[in-house]
Amino acid sequence: MLLDLRRAITVSIIFFVILGLAYPLAETGIGQALFNHQANGSLTAHGSERIGQNWDGPQWFHGRADGDDPTATGGSNLGPRSKELLDKYKERIAGLEKQGVTPHQDLVSASGSGVDSDISPAAAYAQISAVAEARGLSTDRLHALVENHVQGPQFGFLGAPHVNVLELNEELATLK
Amino acid sequence: MGFAWTIVALVLVLALCWRFLGAYMVVVYEGRARWLAKVERPIYRAIGADPKAEQTWQRYASSVIVFSAIALLISYGIFRLQEHLPFNPDHMSGVEWHTAWNTAVSFVTNTNWQSYSGETTMSYLSQMGALAVQNFLSAAVGMAVAVALIRGFARKGSKTIGNFWVDLVRGTIYVLLPIAFVAAIVFISQGALQTLAGHAEVSNALNGASQTLPRGPIASQEVIKQLGTNGGGFFNANGAGPFENPTGLTNFLSIVLILCIPVALTYTFGKMVFSIRQGVAILAVMTVLFGGWLTMTAVAEQQGNPALAATGVSQPLGNMEGKETRFGALSSSLYNVTSTQTSTGSVDSAADSYTPIGGMAMLTGMMLGEVSPGGVGTGVYGILMFAVITVFIGGLMVGRTPEYLGKKIQAREVKLAALGVLVMPITVLVLTAIATAVNAGKAGPLNAGPHGFSEILYAYTSQTNNNGSGFGGLSANTPFYNITGTIGLLLGRFAIIIPALALAGGLAEKTVVPTSLGTFRTDKPMFVGLLTGVVLVIGGLTFLPAVALGPIVEQLSHGMFW
Repeated sequence: MLLDLRRAITVSIIFFVILGLAYPLAETGIGQALFNHQANGSLTAHGSERIGQNWDGPQWFHGRADGDDPTATGGSNLGPRSKELLDKYKERIAGLEKQGVTPHQDLVSASGSGVDSDISPAAAYAQISAVAEARGLSTDRLHALVENHVQGPQFGFLGAPHVNVLELNEELATLK
Repeated sequence: MGFAWTIVALVLVLALCWRFLGAYMVVVYEGRARWLAKVERPIYRAIGADPKAEQTWQRYASSVIVFSAIALLISYGIFRLQEHLPFNPDHMSGVEWHTAWNTAVSFVTNTNWQSYSGETTMSYLSQMGALAVQNFLSAAVGMAVAVALIRGFARKGSKTIGNFWVDLVRGTIYVLLPIAFVAAIVFISQGALQTLAGHAEVSNALNGASQTLPRGPIASQEVIKQLGTNGGGFFNANGAGPFENPTGLTNFLSIVLILCIPVALTYTFGKMVFSIRQGVAILAVMTVLFGGWLTMTAVAEQQGNPALAATGVSQPLGNMEGKETRFGALSSSLYNVTSTQTSTGSVDSAADSYTPIGGMAMLTGMMLGEVSPGGVGTGVYGILMFAVITVFIGGLMVGRTPEYLGKKIQAREVKLAALGVLVMPITVLVLTAIATAVNAGKAGPLNAGPHGFSEILYAYTSQTNNNGSGFGGLSANTPFYNITGTIGLLLGRFAIIIPALALAGGLAEKTVVPTSLGTFRTDKPMFVGLLTGVVLVIGGLTFLPAVALGPIVEQLSHGMFW
């Protein structure tokens, strides 16, 4: 028992050094050297490409119905027969319809992370007429813009097709 | 169509893991890798362990327990003292006593149930030096126990079942660390974070948004959380968070990492008991159960969310509440089923917001005892206990003393296996009953109606099975849930490990009975069917009433909302 105790303490210290310090620090060194942009959060002039933001008003493409607070990630955790969820959905649908946007399911539902940066291509197409009207741009140009931004599934089969809302809006801002 | 290819790719990659990682683990645990001996020798010298000196099952078990107790104390200490320790750029204060206690027990038992939010609770030292270290070591303990039980079946007239310290060191530095090291680099390349620089402030002139982005050494922890079937996220959102699981590729690799060791261990088992076919039979049971549960979940999630359906919005993408756009409903279902059929518990979508049947699939996946394929090590020793019960039932049917792998299965073996199988359901049901009866428990659920009951049942099922996933709506970070949960965590781990090791010790001493015409062949479809049936019947009989009160009522309450 006493021998076990000594071994347990010694081996815990050894593994603390190998697994708790050497391993993550080595990975940090490799990550910072080889993939500096990704390892630090994929930051651009307008935020992180990976993290969703709240876009207000008809002149922008909107994302998922998330809180978009990276310090409080997670989903709504409301169950499939939650009255609160039903009320939230009704409220969001009314808000979208007021802006002339077809309430696509992506724009009404919240994601699992609470900071989803993407929407499905169909959810982006559903917003084109509202954005076109607000900005005085032709729907054809916006259609081409969205089409250019459709990514995935990765390698043709991993995950689902999606559009990054930040990248889409960044390019939208440059259109005249 | 894309999803069909995902499944094909997964099967191919796992087949390779099964054959090659499985064979590699035989070499590692039998100490035949001489070229590796140089690496481990200094560690044995430091702890004064002789790699050739073996332990009886009692000594093996006491080493497991003493080691886990020390790991628990060290982790608890780091959480409580983190504000005075280095690697704390965001100035996290010490963790509350009951949260620190629950978390330490949770990570040492390979559960990774998290009642806290990582982004606002843990310093980098706590994440790297306590949580991630335990992700490695608790996994290595599970693998060690599995290998010890396999030795019990493989040996004849032996008093010993291996040396815990040697198995612990070998599993960690030869199996877990190299795979994690390579996988982490891939994760970083995809966009998982790996930095010690603290949070970042960003603002966007286009929309006036400003955000605080918590960061950290995430990729190194993310990969071992999957590989070791631990599951505890760096952030609250776990694998749904884009900084942990950024792309379709990392989502797929997460699933591969979770499944590779549990699947490969069936090869290791077959090889060590001198019959690969025995390992294939076990793997076949796991595959049948896994396939059934995946189908149930994927079909349910394709149906869409009942609350959204009530508003009339069409849902061609399936139920997307709580799911990430880049994964979609199908890949999310695959990830969450994988995680609940093993003892992982990481999620890439909010379990609480799955459809009633989807949520039931995750809940009942754990209730079967997590043997399809189960956690690293825990899956193999779990299903071997079910196998002992299966040959016992088979023996009763034909009136013959049962055998498994040439070992006579007698009263002691059946009692130990039954104990190992029954601890979990008893603990889950008693704790759930207590929580639904007292005010401190009833205060927990976010959702009303049957879904609220499911949240409580899920919490104890998850902790006692050492899974760690949750119906996240439950407010579990209270002294009541943290303390009662710890009871489930400890019983679900050690009240199964000790019978498993006792079983190993007894079996190792036995001699082998020669196979005869009357022997019930355990490498044939008949056995696969019977074992699958035993797992389903034990889980079904114990849990059906409880499940009926939660997800089944919810599914049948068409058009009702609470």
